[in-house]
Amino acid sequence: MYQYTDFDRQFVRLRAAQFRDQLERWQAGKLPEDEFRPLRLQNGWYVQRYAPMLRVAVPYGELSSRQLRVLAKIAREYDEPEAEVYKNAIETQGKLGSHKLPTHYAHFTTRQNVQYNWIPLARSADVMDLLASVDMHGIQTSGNCIRNITSDERAGVAVDEVVDPRPYAEIMRQWSTLHPEFAFLPRKFKIAITGAAEDRAATGWHDVGLKLLKHETGDASQNIAPGDVGFRVQVGGGMGRTPIVGTVLREFLPWQQIMNYLEAVIRVYNRYGRRDNIYKARIKILVKAEGQRYIDDVEAEYKQILEHDGAPHTITQAEFDRVAASFVPPALAQRVYQSAEATDAALREQAADDVQFARWLQRNVAPHKNPALRAVTLSFKRLGQAPGDANADQLDTVAALADRFSAGEVRVTHDQNVLLPWVHAEDLHALWLAARAAGFASANVHLLTDMIACPGGDFCALANARSIPVAEAITERYQDLDELDDLGEIDLHISGCINSCGHHHSGHIGILGVDKDGKEWYQVTLAGSDGSDLSGPAQAGKVVGPSFSAAEVPDVIEAVLNTYRDTRNAGETFIDTLRRVGHDPFKAAANGARFKAEEAAA
Amino acid sequence: MNRTLKILAAEDHVDDGDPKVLQLANDADPLAIENCLQDVERIDLVFPKFTDGRAYSQAFLLRRRLGFTGDIRATGDVLIDQLVQMQRTGFSSAVLKEGVDASAAQRQFDRFAAFYQGDAQQPEPLFARD
Repeated sequence: MYQYTDFDRQFVRLRAAQFRDQLERWQAGKLPEDEFRPLRLQNGWYVQRYAPMLRVAVPYGELSSRQLRVLAKIAREYDEPEAEVYKNAIETQGKLGSHKLPTHYAHFTTRQNVQYNWIPLARSADVMDLLASVDMHGIQTSGNCIRNITSDERAGVAVDEVVDPRPYAEIMRQWSTLHPEFAFLPRKFKIAITGAAEDRAATGWHDVGLKLLKHETGDASQNIAPGDVGFRVQVGGGMGRTPIVGTVLREFLPWQQIMNYLEAVIRVYNRYGRRDNIYKARIKILVKAEGQRYIDDVEAEYKQILEHDGAPHTITQAEFDRVAASFVPPALAQRVYQSAEATDAALREQAADDVQFARWLQRNVAPHKNPALRAVTLSFKRLGQAPGDANADQLDTVAALADRFSAGEVRVTHDQNVLLPWVHAEDLHALWLAARAAGFASANVHLLTDMIACPGGDFCALANARSIPVAEAITERYQDLDELDDLGEIDLHISGCINSCGHHHSGHIGILGVDKDGKEWYQVTLAGSDGSDLSGPAQAGKVVGPSFSAAEVPDVIEAVLNTYRDTRNAGETFIDTLRRVGHDPFKAAANGARFKAEEAAA
Repeated sequence: MNRTLKILAAEDHVDDGDPKVLQLANDADPLAIENCLQDVERIDLVFPKFTDGRAYSQAFLLRRRLGFTGDIRATGDVLIDQLVQMQRTGFSSAVLKEGVDASAAQRQFDRFAAFYQGDAQQPEPLFARD
């Protein structure tokens, strides 16, 4: 993990002090609400349906156990609404049918961040100080600025990795932090970066998607040698009301130039992006509307930055080396107690003894660059808690597991789980037992119940409908692991509104909450892709028909899945079957599951 | 950081059609006025809303790209918490919005001694400085 310097540490402390100054001016009536809002947003503080929400930045998803313990402390001691606030929330949500609204917990988001839902604003500055004490903050986790940079959850450990993206992500994090020119862009700006063959960071769906690669042949005219590292730069992807996959601006940009190039990309956007209509303000609309003209402008601006300005943000080898030194494998990874053969034999024996362990090995354990190690996913998809939710005790337990099994490090995954990146193969059984005792061992990674869901209308002020009850109903219906295994890998993504925090556009099955006449309805889409190997090139799903009531949704999902079972070839995944057979039988099945009018009325 | 930005109250800001003062609209291209800068002593860039960040890029381009050395002034919805950014992107004066209390301004400059990225005043990023 990146090790903060004195400067970095001081910087987040000063940021916390700055926030306290702003909060106090707001409390004293010297800073009007409208003027305070963008400032608190750029520190992660929203005001949601009932209470403030804090989004804590987790740069490229990496957390230490020390940070997890502070996150647990914040959940335990601060994530508590005032009595009146909670009473109001329970009464209002009760009318919709939500009777439990958990408190004292954190939520893992699709952008690898951590959110809290109940901390009173009066205590917000204290929380920022606590976060700063472990090198954390909420800088630019909201607002129309460069947001937290996300990455491959298996960065630095994946077997298909070409270049470790983390040093680049960290250098870009620093560059984007409090960038004076880009703090009030037309709209939010999200960057994702990967360095592996498979795209596990949904880069096509980001305002900027970066893929690190090594130049195969070299290019003497550009001074590029074979094997040189560079970025494929994709710009203008995004979900929301108009889902668009990013356009490739550069097939190979030398790594040293990335910030100079992004400066051009964002400056042109800052100048020409639309500001008259919030739904047309993302860079994707500018890229789509202007096409080549946008690209030409970026290239001209980039040329000026290089030639006129002297390319000031060229990454030096010394700076790269300084940052990269933080990302060497931890000491624990060097430990080997027994031979690989002995470990394999033991695992086979343990798997033969317990089918649940065998399933977990197959589902939740991924191979590792170091053959003695594995990357293990702790599942936060289980009955009784919303996808990605973890209470204070659970956060402490994750910290303890990280210390015991993973060199004190975890990753928040973009599908709302937690990954332990440094687990010895010989420790897998012990880890499984501990994870099972903690309730983190659902063997469902990438299966139907490993769904993505935003907090939705139970918490979020933007939501048109609730997400959590839909997720819960589907989870309840699909509890049989044999059935889940038989259905295989399926991406089910649920968003409570068109802002698409639940990434419904990229789900093989997407569910979108919509509001019709003040009631909750759900649109179902099919065949979206996040760009992973399983899902194919990034694309938005297609709507199956008019929206469904909440009660209909589980039946609709079941009908779609039954169609898959009826039409698949041996070994064929859901998404492959859907693509081969076409949408029609799936659409017909979904629409056939609609309740008859009299049933719905009953 | 050292405050070089001149903070003005609304009544100290003179806008009387002086030909040496140029008003540049928020959506205008600053690079298009390169040839008209000879006798210009001041360029006013307006913030129609403080959340509209276009003038930061305009100021940066005027300073860095065109090498304009006169006064670049922020007008419009100018608030305390944007002053540091203004100085960093090349503004040299700022007219506080009517009713904004200037007493909280100086400590915003005193807080951060340095930033990560280069800007109009300090072109080098932190890592490239001596």
